[in-house]
Amino acid sequence: MSTIEERKFKIGDPILEVNNISLSFGGVNAITDTSFNVLEHEVRAIIGPNGAGKSSMLNCINGIYKPQKGSIAFKGDTLSKITPNIIAQMGISRTFQNLALFKRMSAIDNILVGRKLHSKANFLDVALQLPKARREEKVNLKKCEEIVEFLEIEKIKDTPVGKLPYGLQKRVELGRALATEASLLLLDEPMAGMNVEEKREMCRFILEVNEEYGTTMVLIEHDMGVVMDISDRVVVLDYGKIIGDGPPEEVRTNQNVIDAYLGVSHGE
Amino acid sequence: MSTAISTYSKSDYINFIVLMVLGFLVIPMTVNSDYWFTSILIPWLCLALATIGQQVIMGYTGQLALGAAGFMAAGAFACFNLILRVDGLPFFGALIISGLIAAAIGIVFGLPSLRIRGIYLMVATLASQFFIIWVIDKFGWFKNYDSSGIITAQDIVIFGRPYTTPVDMYLVILVVVTVMTILAINMARGSTGRNWMAVRDMDVAAESMGVSLLKTKLQAFAISSFFCGVAGALFAFTYLKSLEPVAFDIKLSFKILFMCILGGLGTINGAFIGAGFILLFPVLLNYLGNNVFHGAIDATIISAMEQVVFGVLMIVFMIYEPLGMARLWENTKQRLFKKKNK
Ligand SMILES: Nc1ncnc2c1ncn2[C@@H]1O[C@H](COP(=O)(O)OP(=O)(O)OP(=O)(O)O)[C@@H](O)[C@H]1O
Ligand SMILES: [Mg+2]
Repeated sequence: MSTIEERKFKIGDPILEVNNISLSFGGVNAITDTSFNVLEHEVRAIIGPNGAGKSSMLNCINGIYKPQKGSIAFKGDTLSKITPNIIAQMGISRTFQNLALFKRMSAIDNILVGRKLHSKANFLDVALQLPKARREEKVNLKKCEEIVEFLEIEKIKDTPVGKLPYGLQKRVELGRALATEASLLLLDEPMAGMNVEEKREMCRFILEVNEEYGTTMVLIEHDMGVVMDISDRVVVLDYGKIIGDGPPEEVRTNQNVIDAYLGVSHGE
Repeated sequence: MSTAISTYSKSDYINFIVLMVLGFLVIPMTVNSDYWFTSILIPWLCLALATIGQQVIMGYTGQLALGAAGFMAAGAFACFNLILRVDGLPFFGALIISGLIAAAIGIVFGLPSLRIRGIYLMVATLASQFFIIWVIDKFGWFKNYDSSGIITAQDIVIFGRPYTTPVDMYLVILVVVTVMTILAINMARGSTGRNWMAVRDMDVAAESMGVSLLKTKLQAFAISSFFCGVAGALFAFTYLKSLEPVAFDIKLSFKILFMCILGGLGTINGAFIGAGFILLFPVLLNYLGNNVFHGAIDATIISAMEQVVFGVLMIVFMIYEPLGMARLWENTKQRLFKKKNK
């Protein structure tokens, strides 16, 4: 991207390193001996055909799946045998491919759950409404109201999210991830099923967060136009293996990638 | 709709004051039949408190637990033994410790929820009910080696003053229920309740936001059992006036489950509405049977009808209004209010 030099947060050293991980379900190999890294403050896209193992990759990073082989390191610490909530504490947050919102809760309440790691008050503080709990709730609410404003969802903030249209649900989910103030965001197809206008807005939100707060992004996206526009580097998965890794323009002209997308059978 | 705001709105305060005036002044001054206190108001408040416990675990945290009566029994027998064996322990102190004991048992029986869910968890928690009752029956110590099987509960004494008349006991319960309801509402509306509901609605996402499933579920089990334990102690000391394990059988657990569902899952006021409905409905049917049909309808038919109506209502609510009677009440209020404004 041409604006790289003008960025407030310059792209730095690797923040996340995936080393030779393999993941299989019974006989199905979802990921096979895969390595790549994510640099601090960059927007990294993961692309690939359906079933390539993209979501599985995010699930491994986030601790939902445990790869049978290999290791993943975040900020130099190896993530192994730890649960999603511990990984969240380390500063990784995410959205899901098939919306995973808290359906019966309002939009603002969903986003407030994202503040969990910034809430120190225990249940007794909350039950007794001690000053600590009140103060914290106020701060968290203010933060979430800011996010609501940023995502332009003020009108629906009190609506139970189950009743919202798909596009808005996706936005609420992004809001919830933003509320965590994680340093690494994993976005699994944040623009799937959206129209052009909605996609453009979503891109704007993602880029703005990246620019404003330097949040590192890993996003899965099928729309090549979008990928070319917003990502710094792209990794291409096919059948659980990496077949391309580099800047968007380089990946786009990679023969293996073209073949995979056109369904050409692999030569060797 | 309850949005997560820790501060309360003006209408919340007004509701609170109205309810307090009603509960502490109007009812004690106007209701002068003991029947209303001993057979309706006292059990209503006790069971509503237990239903709040059921709400915490089932309505808010989404864990299909069915053993409220077991924890009530634990609370009741704990309270009996504490007052019996610990000299000078004030009644409220005994009540709180009873709740804590029930909570500790709740944590143990909540452990399976980390592995299993849905109907399997229901069966596992049901086992807790049988286990608790079995232990109380098996070890004579819990009943102070009383062979008759029915032990009379001690009198409630607070600061040297016995509270034994129906109105007195009602007031004692009302104080406890008021305080605990406020605590429950504070939790439900605050970050604690949000964590519960997050686990209920989508546990993987909750975990990815940093919510520990282990901690949240066990916490909900503990708090739920605490409420049931205190409710059980109050129930035994003021309504049953005796301690017998059979009073806390599975039927009572189901009753509390129905109160929870009919009142509206995930609501605190629903606990009171549901408990009130289930307690009053048979009274109403009996009244109709005796005074409208003049005993023409057999008592067994009336009690059968009761079961049928409950069954049908449960199904109707589960399908059409999962938020239960609390939601119906909200809707009616809104409609009335809007009409007034026009
Ligand atoms: N929980 C699971 N159990 C069994 N198999 C799974 C599971 N999750 C993923 N898989 C399998 O792993 C492979 C990779 O799936 P994954 O969801 O990661 O693909 P993807 O690249 O995200 O595809 P899509 O573009 O359709 O989202 C598929 O063959 C899938 O069937
Ligand atoms: Mg996927």
